Order: sequence, then structure tokens, then C-alpha cells
Amino acid sequence: MDAESLLLSLELASGSGQGLSPDRRASLLTSLTLVKRDYRYDRVLFWGRILGLVADYYIAQGLSEDQLAPRKTLYSLNCMEWSLLPPATEDMVVQTSVVKGRFMGDPSHEYEHTELQKMSEGEKVFEEEVVVQIKEETRLVSVIDQIDKAVAVIPRGALFKTPLGPIHVNRTFEGLSLSEAKKLSSYFHFREPVELKNKTLLEKADLDPSLDFMDSLEHDIPKGSWSIQMERGNALVVLRSLLWPGLTFFHAPRTKNYGYIYVGTGEKNIDLPFML
Amino acid sequence: MGDPPPDPEPRPQQPSSRRSSQVSQRRSRELSHLPPTISEEVPRIAFDDRVLQSGQGILASQNNFQDWSSGPPLTQQENLTMFQAEEAQLGGVEYPSLNMGFQPQPYLEEGGIQAARNTSLMQQLQQGQGSLFQQLDSAYLETQPNFLGQFNMYQGEDLQFNQGAPHGPYMRDDPALQYSPSELGFMPFSVEVPEPEPRELAVQNAKAYLLQTSVSCSLSLYEHLVNLLTKILNQRPEDPLSLLESLNRTTQWEWFHPRLDTMRDDPEMEPTYETADRQKGLFLRSGAAGEGEQEMEEEVAETAVPNVMETAFYFEQAGVALSSDESFRIFMALKQLVEQQPIHTCRFWGKVLGLSRSYLVAEVEFREGEEEGEEEEVEEPMEGGEGLDAHAEEEGEEDEEKATDVIPKPMWKPPPVIPKEESRSGTNKYLYFVCNEPGRPWTRLPHVTPVQIVQARKIKKFFTGYLDAPVISFPPFPGNEASYLRAQIARISAATHISPLGFYQFGEEEGDEEEGGAGRDSYEENPDFEGIPVLELVDSMANWVHHTQHILPQGRCTWVNPLQKMEEEEELGEEEEKADEGLEDVEQEVGPPLLTPLSEDAEIMHMSPWTAHLSCSLCPQYSVAVMRSNLWPGAYAYASGKKFENIYIGWGHKYSPENFNPPLPAPIQHEYPSSPEVMEMTDPTVEEEQALKAAQEQALAASEEEEEDEEEDEDEDLED
Repeated sequence: MDAESLLLSLELASGSGQGLSPDRRASLLTSLTLVKRDYRYDRVLFWGRILGLVADYYIAQGLSEDQLAPRKTLYSLNCMEWSLLPPATEDMVVQTSVVKGRFMGDPSHEYEHTELQKMSEGEKVFEEEVVVQIKEETRLVSVIDQIDKAVAVIPRGALFKTPLGPIHVNRTFEGLSLSEAKKLSSYFHFREPVELKNKTLLEKADLDPSLDFMDSLEHDIPKGSWSIQMERGNALVVLRSLLWPGLTFFHAPRTKNYGYIYVGTGEKNIDLPFML
Repeated sequence: MGDPPPDPEPRPQQPSSRRSSQVSQRRSRELSHLPPTISEEVPRIAFDDRVLQSGQGILASQNNFQDWSSGPPLTQQENLTMFQAEEAQLGGVEYPSLNMGFQPQPYLEEGGIQAARNTSLMQQLQQGQGSLFQQLDSAYLETQPNFLGQFNMYQGEDLQFNQGAPHGPYMRDDPALQYSPSELGFMPFSVEVPEPEPRELAVQNAKAYLLQTSVSCSLSLYEHLVNLLTKILNQRPEDPLSLLESLNRTTQWEWFHPRLDTMRDDPEMEPTYETADRQKGLFLRSGAAGEGEQEMEEEVAETAVPNVMETAFYFEQAGVALSSDESFRIFMALKQLVEQQPIHTCRFWGKVLGLSRSYLVAEVEFREGEEEGEEEEVEEPMEGGEGLDAHAEEEGEEDEEKATDVIPKPMWKPPPVIPKEESRSGTNKYLYFVCNEPGRPWTRLPHVTPVQIVQARKIKKFFTGYLDAPVISFPPFPGNEASYLRAQIARISAATHISPLGFYQFGEEEGDEEEGGAGRDSYEENPDFEGIPVLELVDSMANWVHHTQHILPQGRCTWVNPLQKMEEEEELGEEEEKADEGLEDVEQEVGPPLLTPLSEDAEIMHMSPWTAHLSCSLCPQYSVAVMRSNLWPGAYAYASGKKFENIYIGWGHKYSPENFNPPLPAPIQHEYPSSPEVMEMTDPTVEEEQALKAAQEQALAASEEEEEDEEEDEDEDLED
């Protein structure tokens, strides 16, 4: 959600009970303004909160002019002092995929993971237990990246592709209509398209290249990984990800208000197929 | 002036002349509509015939219009565009559907004049029928100054431009001066010059090209651009260039989706209005009419409605909150519930999220005596629940001798039914009402049975939001979603309802009534409770206690020996001894007693089941203590002074560090008992057969010999 419209956005997203205490809200409003100035971001998004056992991580993201360009991620434990996280790499994701359980709330905490590695000494090949230390900060980076890639959502038309390539905020976006708002096809993954180029020409025929340049949620796997609800008598549409429980996307149809927030434990719901 | 048309078609209705565009067709239609309004004494058909067959004036211009792209003479082209302009003008008045995108304001005042002008024009046309084109053209030329005059008079807002260049033919082409579509339509009048210049010709050609309608619709690019520019000029957006594309799109969209001003309600908005209507009922005072103040006093005196707003305030401090607006609606909904039901105490339990709808849950206690009125005792849904266990134990003592198709009787006996707990005790201590949205009716959940709790522990399913939805799971759950929801509520309550140490105490007189060590099951508020300092509450888990009874693995809070029940039923059963054997080693299940501190809670994989923190670390003096359950994500509790409250907002699932692993299906039952009688014999090999044959032959030979011997003997006997 946009840091500038934080209060309204939090109010709209509160249906899942994920709020912020007043002191957190106030400090976020202050500190994110400073973040925007110091890091020269075009837009700052308040991304959400990862609940740890001891403390919570508050996450913000900075966007450059091109909205789909890689985002910079910052975290804070007290909502005032922000630290920049390194960009996620493939290695990190692989490395941290072995870590299970809850976050601690201490970025320097080290998870220990023992794995068997094949060692060869001369002719002999034997397996040896190696203890791998994984920093929680690395895990944080990787989880945020995974969530962003899997379930960051934006309504269709909120961004548009300029003829030269960069993607800008669509100033004329006036919200989805009610009938559109009830369909998953009106929402896009807020990331570089992955599935789009796999589509057939026939499927691409109806797409508007300046608007439909991202993947829609419609064909997400597993099917049914989104819960779409109309709240407040159709005045608000709320999408909740079942794959990453805690991610809430909201949009008030026919207004410009939309956004998503993640408040959760940072664990993927791999039991989903059994639960539907 | 201009050359005569290259190939004047006599009838514009011919298909060849239609190819050009729909605009020309529309125009011809309108022209044929015009006469009745203008000269009523002339029958329309006659007029049409005259117009069409005389083949001059209009027809010529129409033909030209149709052939414009091939470079028609200028003057006729101008006539044409003039016609087009007139049409636009007329459309503004008489055919609103034709120019929805146009700005109506400039036309309205002109309408009457335009009509009058058209009348005169048509009269001139009629006069000029049968004469030469020059006459027609000159007729236009004569009228032109009038038109311009009118034009300048009625285009009030453009007056300064027109006065600046009243007759300047090229000045008016300057795009900066174009202000509204109507003016664009009038352009040809001002550029009417006797001798066409090549540049002007090019302009006209270009415009004619733009006026072509597209293949699929009746809109021309020219009209679209006019609409678009009008829109931009009216809205004056900042930096229009960057918006151009989307504006372009919306303009086109608007053309095809006109906003109709009808009396009918927008069907899309229907549910919104319905909800608002329903919720309106919540905000009206029930018995409002006359005795307002009196009632007010009564209500102030005593009500079971909880102070949801206060609770919501404290939870907001804790960072767990529904929006205050939603909280207030829930508050009103609870008030409605209290008015409808004989409720003694009421509490907002929380919110359970579902796939398509969510549940708001209210925890209530009825007044003494008002109990169970409408609850129908659904007789033991046990059978459904135990189908899964009914496997494999079928010992196959099938009587082969009987040979008839008697369905074998299963030897398996269902385990004894564990009785449901009485209402007002254990898991059924409270009644629960749920509704999907404030304003909707509250539905009462059925009491929970032990087997439902036992099965609910084994499954993990999302709620759909519909109470009567089936729970499709493995192992099967006995009951529908309402039962599952109720079971989860019982589990969550038992695990997460906590209060500061000392808030509740055991009643004195109840002492050791309960035999069997399950502990006392009731408590009362401690009147001497002074509150625990917030910092201590955060520091030590020992300062918090569970005030809801632990649910035993059996699915009850107090343990019941299933054997006793069996004894009651003894006369029915034949195999009770067997069952007894199975159940003999049943040990009494004991859970932690009521009001056990949280510090005794079991750890989940080396992680503490609760996280405590202060609501505001900046000024701890005034903050509240917040407990967050790690076992049931979404369960929170706060305490401040003498106040505390629990709430649950979540999906209704327990946290498990390991993945959910559904039990494997039971092993396949044997179709029949395998015993030697039913075993098929292996076929003999050739050697065996031969051996057998040899043996048989040998035996035969031996017997023959014997016979012979016997015969011999007989013979001998006979001989003897």
C-alpha cells in the first residue's frame, strides 16, 4: 500500500484484523517520508509485517520511476530506523528453502541446518554432515522476494506501459467496475510477466498491450488459491491469498484506492491442496 | 465552377453508392426526412422522386460525397461538408443518439435557427431543381454571409476568435482556434472561396478521408478526434500528452457505453443498497417512538451487550483491529442479538475468515431456565464418522456350507459413543451465534460432540462461509461446516482464552465435588483482584492463566469412562466381553486443571506458544500488555489494569511446524479368507501327468493280474 495513503489503506485492509497500533502508524508516516527523501524513491510502499517470535519486521519498498523495475526493500524493527536489504538471488532462495519454522525477529539470528554433503578424498567418496548457518536476514530477503513474486497484486489498468517501455502509474485509472472487480482476471501479478509469453497468439489477441502486460491471477496454480470477497456491501473487494496466508489485497471499486499488505508469519501454506 | 460529377448515379440507394459509408446513408435518410418537416404540402414521395430523379443539386453532391476520396471538385465538396455540418446541427436537436460525444451546449441555442436556416436552404434547393450546378452553388454563396453572421452571433464563447478573423479562410483552420465540434463542422463555410487553391484542396481531401467511417462501426476518426479533443479541452488535465492513450481509450469506450439516464437501478449496485438497507435497521432504536428518555434510562441500567468499542480500542493499541467502523457495526449487531434472544452474557468472540464469506462469532450465555428451546437433538451423527474405522476387522468366518447369499455380518463393533457434554459445561459451556455480516440474521451453532472435536483435530480445511456446506475431508468429518466451525471454536477457546492471574478464582463451596481429578470446572470473579502491572504481565507467562477448560484427547473436558456406557447396554450386546477386552486398558485422560498458568503450556518445537509485548514501547506507562498466540495464529489477548479480553481473527487453523499429513487410507479389506478349501490347485506338468498315467497303467495292470490271479484261484476253486 502506498505510504502516502497509509491511514486510509490500513482502514480498508483491516477486515482481516491486521492493523497497526497508532504509534506504529504515526512513526511509519514520519519515517517513510524520510526514507523517500533519503533514498530518492519515486514511490514508497508499506509492504507489511512479518511476525517473529520475539519481534516483528516491518517492511517497506521503494519504487523507481519504472514501476516494474526491481524494487528496493527495507526493513525496520521499530518503524523508525530502516535498513536496506540486498536484492534476492537465486542462491539465497535455494539456500533458505531448507529453513522451516517461524522468524525470530532478530536479523542476526542464525538458523542451523545440517545437511549431508558428498565429500571425496582421493578415491573415497563419503558423506559428511555439514552444518550450514543461515542468517535470518537472508531468509527475510528470500521470503519477501518469494511473496512479491507469488502474490503481489495490482488491479488491471492501474499501471500502463509507455511506448518506450517503462511502466508508469496510470493517472486516469478510476478503479475497476463492480462486475470487473469480482473477477480474478482483472487483477495482475505485480511483477515482471512470466506466463504472458507462453500464451498462444489466440489468447493474446484480445490483450491491450499497454495495459495487459502482466500475468493475471486467473490461471494461478493451484486453482482456488485466492479468496475473493466483497465487503461492506460491495463497496470493497478483498482478495486474500491462501498460498501465503496473511496477504490481503483490497480495492474499492470505482475509486483509485487499492493496495496490498502482508501481515503473517512468512511461511507458505504448503498444505493448501488438502484444505480446499 | 467545379466539374460536373464524373458519373452521376441516379439513385443513391443503389448498392454501388452505398459502399462509401454509413454517414452518407444516414445523410440521405435525413434528407429524405427533412421534407415533411419543411414543406408539408408536398408529399414526401413526390419530393423524393423529384429530388432523386432530377439528379441535380443534392444528388450530385451526394455522388460527389461518395467519390470524395478520388478528388472531387472543391465546391461540391464544400456543399457536401456543409451538408454534413447541417446534419450535425440537426442531430444536436433532433437525433440525440447521433452525437452523444458532442458537446450539446453550443447547439441548443442554435437549434431553432438552424432548423429555420435549413428550411430556407431546402426551399432554395427546391427552387434550384433542374437548374445547373452553378445556380446551386451561387445559391449557397448567397446564403453564406447569412450563415456566417448567424454563426458569429451564436458562438458566444468563440466570439473573440471570430471577430479577430471574421472571413480569414486559413485562420480558422488553425487548430488553436478550434474550440468545439460544432465549429469544426462549420469550417467549410468560412473557407468558401471562389477559386480553390491546391493547398485547400488538400485540406479538404484530408478531412474527407478522416470522415470515412470505420468498417466495423459508424464512427469516423474525425468524429472521434473531435470527441477526444473536446474532452481534453473540457477537462484540462495536467500533461495531456502522457494521458493521451488512455483518454483515447476511454473516449472510445464512452461512445459505445453511453451513460443512460434511466429510471432503472443499476443492477450491479443492488446488493450494495440491500446491505445498506439491512444495516439501517441496526442503527434505528428499537422501540423508538415516544418514551425515549425512559427507555434510555432502563437501557443504561443493565444490558448484556458488551462494550465492543472499548475492546476494539484496546485491541487497536495492540495492533489487532477491525476498523472502528466495522467494530461499531458489530456492536450494533450484538445489540440486536441481545434484544432477540434471552441472553444473560454476551461477548464478541472474534471473526473467522472464510473463502467467500467470513463469520462473526458471538459467545453468549442464556439466562437461567431459558435453555435449548429450539435445539433439536440430532440423534448421533456417529455413523457417518466411523465409517472409516469400519475396515479390515471383518473376520471371514463365512459359512461356505450355507451357500446362500447371506450378507456377512460385520464382526466390528463401533467404539462406544462418548456422550456429548451437557450444555453449560465443558466444551458446551457457551452458546455461539454466527453471522456473515452485521445486519444479517444470527444463526445459532449446534452443540459440539466429542467425536467432532476428535475428528476436527485430524483435518485442516478452509471454511467456505456457508454453514450448511459439507466438509469434504479425509478422515471424514461428522457433520457440516456449522459443526466444524463449532468444533474449531471450542478448540480455539480452550487453547487461547487467557486472563491475568487472580482475575478469576475458584468458588469456595465447590471444593472437591468433582471426583476423578479432572479439576473444578467453574470459577468466579475475584472481587479483590487489583490488577497486575503491565510490565509484569509482559515479563512472565506465569501471570496469565487459562480460564477455559482443557479439552482431553477424548473430546471432552471431563473424562467419561466409555466402559460404563457399555455396561448399560450390556443386554443388547453379545460380544461385550470382546469389547471390554479392547477397552480394558483405557486410562483416564487427565489434562491440566483450570486456571493453569501459561508457563505450563507445551512448547511447539522449541518455540514458545505465546509472544508477549507491550502495545507501545515508547511510553510503557500507559500501554497495555498484549499476548499473541503462536499456536493459533490470530488469537490475541490484552490486559490492562482490571480489564482483559480475548479475541480471535483468523482462518481457524492451528499452527503446526510440520506439514499437514492426512492419514493414509486404510489397507484394503480381504475379499474372502484364504484357506486351503478355496485355493486353486496348480496345474500338473506333463511329467506329472505322464507319471500319473504310468502309475495308473501300472495299477491297472496289477489289478488285472490280481483278477487273473483271482480267476485262477476261482478256477482252482472250481477245479477243486
